[in-house]
Amino acid sequence: MSETQTAPPPASAARSHAFVASGDIPPSPPPASEVGPVRWVRENLFSGWVNSILTLLSLLAMYGLLSALVPWLFLNSVWSPDPMSLNGCREVNAHGACLAVINERWLQFVFGFYPAEQYWRPTLAFGLMIVALWPVLFDSAPRPMLWLTAAYPAIGYWLVWGGSVWGPALALAAPAAGYFVWLYGGVLINRIWGEDFGAIMSLVAGGLAMVLWWMFAVVLLDGVISDVLPLGLEPVESSKLGGFLLSMIIGATGIAASLPLGILLALGRQSSLFIVKAICVAFIECMRGVPLITLLFVASTLLNYFLPPGTEFDVILRVCIMVTFFASAYMAEVIRGGLASLPKGQYEAGDAMGLDYWKSMRLIILPQALKVSIPAIVNTFIGLFKDTVLVSQISLFDPLGLLNPIRADAAWNGIVWELYGFVALFFFVFCFGMSRYSMYLERKLKTDHR
Amino acid sequence: MMFRSILGAAVASFVASTAFAGTLDDVKAKGYVDCGINTGLVGFAAPDADGEWSGFDVAICQAVAAAVFGDATKVKYKSLTGKTRFTALASGEVDLLSRNTTWTFSRDVDLGFEFVGVNYYDGQGFMVPKELEVGSAKDLGGATVCIQTGTTTELNLADYFRANGMEYEPVPIETNTEAQQKYLSGACDVYTTDASGLAATRASFESPGDHVVLPEIISKEPLGPLVRHGDNQWGDIARWTLNALVTAEELGVTAANADEMAANSTNPEIRRLLGAEGGLGAMLGVSDDFALNAIKVNGNYAEIFDANIGPETAIGLQRGLNALYKDGGILYSPPFR
Repeated sequence: MSETQTAPPPASAARSHAFVASGDIPPSPPPASEVGPVRWVRENLFSGWVNSILTLLSLLAMYGLLSALVPWLFLNSVWSPDPMSLNGCREVNAHGACLAVINERWLQFVFGFYPAEQYWRPTLAFGLMIVALWPVLFDSAPRPMLWLTAAYPAIGYWLVWGGSVWGPALALAAPAAGYFVWLYGGVLINRIWGEDFGAIMSLVAGGLAMVLWWMFAVVLLDGVISDVLPLGLEPVESSKLGGFLLSMIIGATGIAASLPLGILLALGRQSSLFIVKAICVAFIECMRGVPLITLLFVASTLLNYFLPPGTEFDVILRVCIMVTFFASAYMAEVIRGGLASLPKGQYEAGDAMGLDYWKSMRLIILPQALKVSIPAIVNTFIGLFKDTVLVSQISLFDPLGLLNPIRADAAWNGIVWELYGFVALFFFVFCFGMSRYSMYLERKLKTDHR
Repeated sequence: MMFRSILGAAVASFVASTAFAGTLDDVKAKGYVDCGINTGLVGFAAPDADGEWSGFDVAICQAVAAAVFGDATKVKYKSLTGKTRFTALASGEVDLLSRNTTWTFSRDVDLGFEFVGVNYYDGQGFMVPKELEVGSAKDLGGATVCIQTGTTTELNLADYFRANGMEYEPVPIETNTEAQQKYLSGACDVYTTDASGLAATRASFESPGDHVVLPEIISKEPLGPLVRHGDNQWGDIARWTLNALVTAEELGVTAANADEMAANSTNPEIRRLLGAEGGLGAMLGVSDDFALNAIKVNGNYAEIFDANIGPETAIGLQRGLNALYKDGGILYSPPFR
């Protein structure tokens, strides 16, 4: 046989073959059990008898949960009984969620006791906040929008609390005042101290001018201009703020302010300047060493004793400051961890390039340290945002603090699950969003060699 | 209720020596009364869907504001927790605390406050499921009891069971909400707190008829508004505003007929109360018709009681001890003279 095969076939022999493949045979589809969902299920859910049992148990548990939850929350829930009360709900359907309480009070959950005809102000402030955050969070935004971001704290404050427009506007003008002093006062200072020392001194003078402007000029000029040209929104007191609005104010302020403050503290803690280092260490350890609720009690009650009677020092402002301090102490430690993870060579590289301290930090050290710290930073943010519910203990009506007054309404006394579930949903949405953003950021900044 | 905050107590006593004089002048200068109220207690203080506060304690705030300014809206409410209420009053954050606070010796004397009267005589009671067939608190030996920790109710409970030679097993809870859940799920046989709180809790149940409040009241909880020590004029204003509401009930003056009575009544007591003669308001440093203004806000004591916690409301409390002395209760106002 082998001989006949090695010989070239005669031309007429082509006929003797019924079929000659002109190409590769297309691969036949794998068996049904090895593809698609079936395979996925087999490999992931039923890969062994232990896993199969676990899968079945999980399915059973999920069925148990959903079969209780879905009818309660969707099929049997009561949105608008008559009368609007827990007993009204029970008359319509005693086995469903009484979501009528959310229906009646959701505006209170969002705005607290904010005057209804002014709801557009916090709404606009929230919308502007998203616009102001855009250039910070995503590269796709046009860069000039960062000016809006810089101005946003004053705009947001003015929209929410109202009052004269001139106060926040003048507060925004402080950098201009500082710049003016730095530019023109700098010439004078250069003459006094000479070129070597003059640069830093005029910077100090500029900073000092900003602080003085904030402390004295703003109040003074605000009074004068408001007399001439009163322009503003109806003032809203802090006691009217509540609900998610309050959570957002405290959370956003704490998050936005604690990151820069935390970076400075972390750098200060590593500083070779003794006093700077001592102050930073003392601040971090003191703030981190006490529970947040203690700081909140200090802000809400103890400060009243130390301030002169009649001082109007807004309680929400006090709380924001305390929360920011607390979070920045944690943030400092998180970032210190990031700094410590960098090899010493990176610091030396910065020095070898001839960069000064701030440049080497800004261009070489911090970008790497912050990138490493992203998960921990966002972790701190999420923790901070959830910690804002502690203010319910000092009689502020954050979403959790609102539950008590709502249940104190005789119509809603006795409702528990619906209210807590609603608040939990709100916090979940925001915390989940932050967590997703952090993962996006990690992917975007991923430059390592894994 | 009866929380005692150690922080609050310590700090309050620390500053108690500081004299706060001229509260009335301060209040008039700023144009409103800062009134401390509960963060939410059924019938006593609760906001509606528009954020307007109302309730039995809130009505006192409004009456005092009306007595000072002739305008019940000139009041700002500060919601206070059991932990923050005393510091808020001591530090001057509020001018008047009307937050179902039990009048006790140490709060009056040691914390440096002045209770201006009693607007509700409460007492600690017990609630049990009907199916347990308990008719008296004396039958509660061996029961598990849901009890709020850190309150005077906890101490009262221990006293009562010891005095009657009974054993009990406490189930410590933190808030009223928690208590409702625990009690309904059967984690405890008995729930004990102030009788008014029990009534409100029971009213919120799906089937209130399955639960009974036992007849025994084992403690005295006189709840009343209070002010700081050391400013007798301001204390007098609050005290006599409260007295005016009680006296108005006694004399049949209501929100509806007060104006007419002030103009036409010939009864000298009514005329003095409503400022038609006697010049009582001037002695207090407010206008003569201060009581008239206070009564016109929410009516007299009976009207306030019925509107917020009375038998027609969801809570459905009977007057009981809180009836006028001539109706079998112990409400008794000194005369307006």
